[in-house]
This record gives sequence, structure tokens and C-alpha cells, in this order.
Amino acid sequence: MSSPPVTHPDQPAVCAHDLAAGYGESAVWSHATFDVAAGSFVAILGPNGAGKSTLLRQLLGLLRPLAGSLEVLGEPPHRGNPSIGYVPQARTLDPEVAFRGVDLVRLGLDGHRFGFAPPWGSRVARHQAVERAVESVGATGYAGRRLGPMSGGERQRLLLAQALVGEPRLLLLDEPLASLDVANQAAMVELISSVALERRLTVLLVAHDLNPLRNAIDLVCYVANGRVAFGPPDEVVTSEVLSSLYGAPVEVLVDSRGRRFVVGIEEETAHPHRHRTDGGTS
Amino acid sequence: MIAAAGSAAFSWNLVSDLSQMLSYQFMRNAFLAGAIVSVVAGVVGYFVVLRRTAFAAHALSHIGFAGAAGAVLLGVNPVWGLLTFCLGGALAMGSLGQRLRDRDTVIGIVLAFMLGLGVLFIALYSGFSTEAYSILFGEILGISTSDVVLTVVVGAIALAALGAMYRPLLFASVDEEVAEARRVPVRLLSIAFLLTVALAVAVAVQVVGVLLIFSLLVTPAAVAERLTMRPASAMAAAVAVSIACSWLGLAIGYYVSYPVSFFITSLAFLAYALTRAANALARRRRPGRLPPGRPRPEYAGGHPG
Repeated sequence: MSSPPVTHPDQPAVCAHDLAAGYGESAVWSHATFDVAAGSFVAILGPNGAGKSTLLRQLLGLLRPLAGSLEVLGEPPHRGNPSIGYVPQARTLDPEVAFRGVDLVRLGLDGHRFGFAPPWGSRVARHQAVERAVESVGATGYAGRRLGPMSGGERQRLLLAQALVGEPRLLLLDEPLASLDVANQAAMVELISSVALERRLTVLLVAHDLNPLRNAIDLVCYVANGRVAFGPPDEVVTSEVLSSLYGAPVEVLVDSRGRRFVVGIEEETAHPHRHRTDGGTS
Repeated sequence: MIAAAGSAAFSWNLVSDLSQMLSYQFMRNAFLAGAIVSVVAGVVGYFVVLRRTAFAAHALSHIGFAGAAGAVLLGVNPVWGLLTFCLGGALAMGSLGQRLRDRDTVIGIVLAFMLGLGVLFIALYSGFSTEAYSILFGEILGISTSDVVLTVVVGAIALAALGAMYRPLLFASVDEEVAEARRVPVRLLSIAFLLTVALAVAVAVQVVGVLLIFSLLVTPAAVAERLTMRPASAMAAAVAVSIACSWLGLAIGYYVSYPVSFFITSLAFLAYALTRAANALARRRRPGRLPPGRPRPEYAGGHPG
């Protein structure tokens, strides 16, 4: 705890040892041990409510570990870590909100500082930093427009730019592919992995489905049934590993294009479309 | 007061009109108070509109009504009652928390109770209805020089507070979750902001009264939101609209003997209606852009196939 953060290139970005997470006394999951090497792209998968976002909250220092140890970039997690860029789950932004994309990105740079930005000095530098971040996500064309009426993909890019503007080393993205159509999902994954490569970022991305990500990611962190499985996707998302994780038979089917489909228990816990009555006959 | 002013005749010599108007102490006070309140309400109003806390601001003014009526009953300047009750109300509301689901219900219940309490206080004050009237609808022509001084002090505190929390408040208002992760004290800011709203409400009630508070605290900011999207320019625009409405309202009220509050609220309403119409027109001229609020095809076709 007291050791100062030592940073060298091959130090893991995240070290979890026998980690447990939860609220109050009860653990959502426990006994998670894994190392995320710097520069890896990790997908955090699992059914709804399994505790995927809980892991992100721990890394952000918003939630203390119930047990075990956790290190982020060589130090214990703490709130406001400037080396972490964070994009929370896509919220339903008010369609009438009068805020420009660039102003949203700008908040990532100095929004946490008190007072207002001094009109002198680093003004140009600030402007350039915002411009660079906006450009790196390909949002230059619409960043000056109102946020409200933007599409999900456009907003998601600007939120990514906001996370990038502070030059982080670790990127935490909570369901960035939700509410995007298939084409936009692919474009978003492509963008994230190219930005990560260019800036040598470690990325932890919470997702619902492995398939849009399978060509981009190095590792999978599968959270289910109070436990966590970690490793390369082809080794984790298998019938054996998931069956032992759930403690019940789960089958993973692989199609000719290498897409993996989890069937069995997962179907009910991960996709509870109870309120949908249209049936989906097509 | 109105009688003295009402006897004045409007000439097209605006300079002499103005100098005649300003020869009265109560008019000078009214213009000054109107300007200070406009600056505070414009800046605070920007955040009220951005954070969608209009209902909380509305409730604070009604809580203030009980305070003002109580102060009248005790023989104290109503502004002190306003300040005490508004600040107390803001603290109580802040402690309810932003995310509480039945927050609006609780606020509504307290609001109704406070209004009832105010009515009792007014009744106990041997039925002096003019006092109640001026608290409810404002009495800008009755603002004394000491009221102006108090308004300056309270307004300066409110602006200084907003200046200190400007960037994190903006962050927390637009993007609460990320702000929290970036160590912005979201909860504390929400309370601090409500306290600032309380200060703004307390001074604005003198001008437009408890019931018409929105005309200065919400309408100008809503107009500004439609004119510009940059936070700083929007605040400046809200202040400008607010000053224009209160000063023009005062000037008209000087010649036409109807309540000044009516003119101020009407002008604010007119400004809002005009910007809305102008926005709609501009949108029709650029058919390429979809109107705000309508989802793009990307959303509509959520599930492929």
C-alpha cells in the first residue's frame, strides 16, 4: 500500500489477486486472480448483473475490494486517477440538452478542476488537446454540434474522445457497443483497437457479445455465477470452462466463421427479454 | 408609488424620459436591483436549465414564501425570512440526494405545506394582504436602498460560489458518472448548487415575487439555450435577456399603471416564443438537419433483419 508507484513498460496494467467484489457484506463475485499485461485489449463478458461494471468500479476506485488485492498501473486503485480514461454505459442523454460535443470532450481535460479556466496561458494548448482527441476518434465533422440529436455512434465517439483527452494509459469502457447497430459496432471496435495501438493503451471493455470483438481482443474476463474466468477467448469461451463456471452444462457452438455462440443457461440469464411480446418471427 | 409614476407622460425624447424616470430614488433602486438580480438569475438559471432542476427552484421560492410571511409577522424585513427558509430548504433538498426516485414527490409535498404555512402567517398578520401580494408577485418599485445593498451582497456571494465551482459543476451536470470517477464531489456540488439557487431565489423574489420567479430564473436561460450552445455565451445571453426584460418592463410600468411584474414576465415569455419560432424557421430552411429529439434511422432500425 505504501510503496510508491513504480512504472516500467512490462509492468501489468491490472493485477488482481483473490479479488472479491460486492456491495455491503455480500460478494457479487470472488476469488478472481488475473494479470492484464500492458497494451492488452480485454473484453469483460458475462450475463446481466454478474458484476462486470462492478469490476470497472473497483478499478476506478469507486468501490473497495471486499477481499483480496487489486493494483492498477502499479498502485492501489484510487478515485480520480488521471491515468484512467472512463466511458460509462451509454446514458440516454436528454435530446434537448444544449451542449456541444467539443465542450463535452473538454470536460475530460479540466472539468474536475475548481474555478473556471484562466483565459490566459494554456488556452491554445487546451484547445489543441481537445482538437487532437476529437480528430483521433474521427469526430471532427460533428463535434461542434449539439449533443442531443446526435446518433448513438457519434455520441459514443465523443465520449471516447473525452476519455482520451487526458492522455490516459488505461481505458475502461462500459458497454460501448450497446445501442449501436452491427455496422457501427464493427466501426467502433475498429476505432478502439486502432486508437489503443497508436497510443499503446490497455483497454478493458465490458460487452454483451464476444463476436463483434473477437478479432480485436487478446483476452477475455468472463464473469458469471459469482466467479471469474480469465484468458484468451478461445480458451475461456468454451463449453468446458463455461460449464464449470456456471456449475451447469453450457454449450459453446463455433460456426464456420469462428463466431462463438453460448447456449444453455446463458440464454436465460443473459437475455431476459421478458417485456418483448412481438415474438420475432423473421 | 404607481400613482406617482403613472402621472408621467411618455414623450419620444428618450433621454429626457430616462432622466425623468431616474430622478426618482425608487426608480433608481428598481433599475439597480433589477440589473443585479438579472445577472445572478441569468447565470444561476443557465445551470438550473442544464441540470433540469427547475422544479427544485420552483419549490425553493414557495418555501421562501413561508419565510417571508413569517418575517413580516415578526416585523423583520421579508428578505431575511426568504434567505433563511430558502437556504434551509436547499439543505434539506440536497440531503434527499439526486437519484432518489420520489424526490419530486417529497419536494412537492413540502412545497404545499410551506405555502399553507405562509397563508397562516399572512392571516395572523392582521390580514394585511398587500404584504402577501408583494411577496407573491413582487414589488420592484418598493425596493429600498438597503434592500439594494443586501441584494448586491447576496448576489456577489452567489456569483462567487458559482465561479468557484464552475467547471466541476458543469462536468457533474452534463456527465455525472465520469465526473464522479474523476473525483468531482458530485453530491456536495449538488447541495452547494441548491444553496446558490436559494440565494438567487431570495433576491429575485423581491423583483418578480414567489409565483413569477421562473420569468427570471428559467425563461432567460431557456432563451439563451436556444441562441447559443457555448456555456459562457449562454450565460451572458441569459443575463442580457434578463436585464432587457426587467429594465424594459420597469420602463413600461413607469408609464402604464399595471404591475411591473406583468410586463417583465410578458417580455420574457415573448422572448422565449420568438426564439422558439426563429429556431423552427431556421430548421425548416435547412432540411438536411433533423430536428432535435427525433431519433435517427440508426436507432429506429435497432434490430437487424
